[in-house]
Amino acid sequence: MVLDAGSRQRSIDVARLTDDNLVRARALIELYPQKRSALIPLLHLVQEQDGYLSPEGIEQVAELVDLTPAEVRGTASFYDMFHLEPIGKYLVAVCTNIACLLAGSYELLEHMEQSLGTHPGGTTADGMFTLEDAECLALCGNAPCVTVNWRYFGDVTPDSWDALAEDLRAGKLDGEVPSHGTLCRVRRTAGIRAGLDEGATETTLPPAGPAVELATSRTTPAVLSTLQPGAKATAAGNGVAGDGITGSNLTGNPTTGNGSDAQ
Amino acid sequence: MTNATTAGPTGPGDPKSPPRIVTGRFGLDRSWSLDAYLSTGGYEGLRKALSMAPAQVHQATSDSSILGRGGAGFDAGRKWGMLRKAEPVYLVVNGDESEPATFKDHALIEGDPHQLIEGALICAYAIGAARVFLFVRGEMALGLERLQAALNEAYEYGAVGANIFGSGFSVDVVVHPGAGAYICGEETALLESLEGKRGYPRIKPPYYPAAIGLYGAPTVVNNVETLSNLPWVMRNGSEAFFSLGDGRSRGTKILALSGHVRRPGNYELEFAKVSFRELIYDPALGAGIREDRGLKAFIPGGVSAPWFGPDHLDLPLANEKIAEAGSMAGSGAVTVFDEATCVVRAVWRITRFFHRESCGQCTPCREGGGWAEKIMRRIEDGQGRESDLDLLMDICDNIVPGVSWPPAQTTICVLGPSIPSSVASGIRMFRDEFLAHIRDGRCPFPPDRLQRSPAYA
Repeated sequence: MVLDAGSRQRSIDVARLTDDNLVRARALIELYPQKRSALIPLLHLVQEQDGYLSPEGIEQVAELVDLTPAEVRGTASFYDMFHLEPIGKYLVAVCTNIACLLAGSYELLEHMEQSLGTHPGGTTADGMFTLEDAECLALCGNAPCVTVNWRYFGDVTPDSWDALAEDLRAGKLDGEVPSHGTLCRVRRTAGIRAGLDEGATETTLPPAGPAVELATSRTTPAVLSTLQPGAKATAAGNGVAGDGITGSNLTGNPTTGNGSDAQ
Repeated sequence: MTNATTAGPTGPGDPKSPPRIVTGRFGLDRSWSLDAYLSTGGYEGLRKALSMAPAQVHQATSDSSILGRGGAGFDAGRKWGMLRKAEPVYLVVNGDESEPATFKDHALIEGDPHQLIEGALICAYAIGAARVFLFVRGEMALGLERLQAALNEAYEYGAVGANIFGSGFSVDVVVHPGAGAYICGEETALLESLEGKRGYPRIKPPYYPAAIGLYGAPTVVNNVETLSNLPWVMRNGSEAFFSLGDGRSRGTKILALSGHVRRPGNYELEFAKVSFRELIYDPALGAGIREDRGLKAFIPGGVSAPWFGPDHLDLPLANEKIAEAGSMAGSGAVTVFDEATCVVRAVWRITRFFHRESCGQCTPCREGGGWAEKIMRRIEDGQGRESDLDLLMDICDNIVPGVSWPPAQTTICVLGPSIPSSVASGIRMFRDEFLAHIRDGRCPFPPDRLQRSPAYA
């Protein structure tokens, strides 16, 4: 992996969970009958904070759920989404499984390799993109599909990828594509309530954090592309025009915003 | 703007426009919000269920005869009935959708998360669950956000938590993200993962989590689509559900259509009443193959299923009919290959998937998948040998003795036994194409014609 000195520095700078994240971590643990069940959500939390599973983060998670760091690492290494070393700012996963292959995903990947100057598993010299050759991402009605920090883009072409990469580099999508490791920006607002005696207080929850307006999030068009084929199917069956949906290239120009919301 | 009020069913009798049981809210403005949900009958099914005894809710589910929509097609009512009599009982919702070419649960979670929550609560009430875990594939970030937001709303609304709707029934629901592993769709691997471990499928017996599941407690594991049907079943009655479909395949089924059709997408159709030909060629559905090319083959139920050719087009999409014909309806993912598809490349990619996703516990899967992938790759690259076809079939025979269907099992779970499905299908149906690769020393399909998508044209 090619990383500049600045990126490497992160493994030294980052440390244990911040106070706010530690409160969130304890609240996560309380959702489960057994502590260890919170392991994967906790690792996502570390990755959200640090961009990867830092050794210090792993150690702290181990303390929180009464495991050894080796047990935590041994579990984390099983899962594709966890990174034990720093990666680029944007994790770009290109699906090359069967439905996307049939729609040209290997040609798309080849184009991306050439334009980014790296191969699957590698990171660009500027630390901006880490490329992945992914398994099916479940957006097969809009193949080929790509996720950037797990935000979906469907019907991607070499040209629309170039436009997307340019926008990402320019920071135009910072609000819509969160930093790597950020999975769910909506925080749980209710603690465990069932089984509590009357008068008992429910689990303490950390402040909900900034509200996320899902409807206007720019990831919405990508999602509508998931929904539209279904809507199209049934709408067409009911005499409602459903065409023009597969043709709408939602990622071709992501900055045009949410025109698809009107669908 | 598509308005749901204009998109009601046109009437019974047309399998291509059955009642929209699970996709009815798709296309609604902010279909994932509580407002949209409540204005379209949301949580009425739960209220009705809570007015009945849990056993009656279970009976209604059994009467609807709904088969599991995740892949195995196990009767949901029967599954609930197999719970060991012990406390606590858990409900785990399998939203780890990763079977290649399957994208229905992704759409259901993002498009109608309240419906899933309501369905899970109805099940939780029927089985007396102490807690519900919604296991959602980690990659589906927006799905996780929509589902968590919906759950927050549902708590606020009083549909989840303590004393739901004043009924005295209490249960908490937890959204649990996965972390990227196909194998966690296997229910015992999913439970291991939910326990904070590597996603290793458990050794059987015990065969069913209903006996020993999460933390060793009796557990129901149901698929997202299965549970999403329950609010409708409670509102409209199990007879209404049972009146749709045929044989053992009742209600509707979402078919996730992908590959070389003009209109790929999720189509909710009456179960067992639509043939593959209609799904692929009907102008309102798949609308035929791109550029009017011929059909080479199709996969009827996700990449774990053996392939079908044009002679199977008139088979109805029904679990038992597809099983009789030697494959499976699986997750409902239908992938279409046109005549310009390189079968060797397609089989290689599918085999590579299984190899990458093998958890590594069992030798036939871990080693067999790797060897099959390497051999497929060298054939595609023009380095194959004529003996490779026998070698591949021999590997398949080592994974699944007799290369039979349903597969004889040599492994803990069915991931390994799924490897021969595409390898053996490819060799049996398109032997000449494999031989052409080997004899010509290259792939006979020009790459630019091979995988060009409509988007490039």
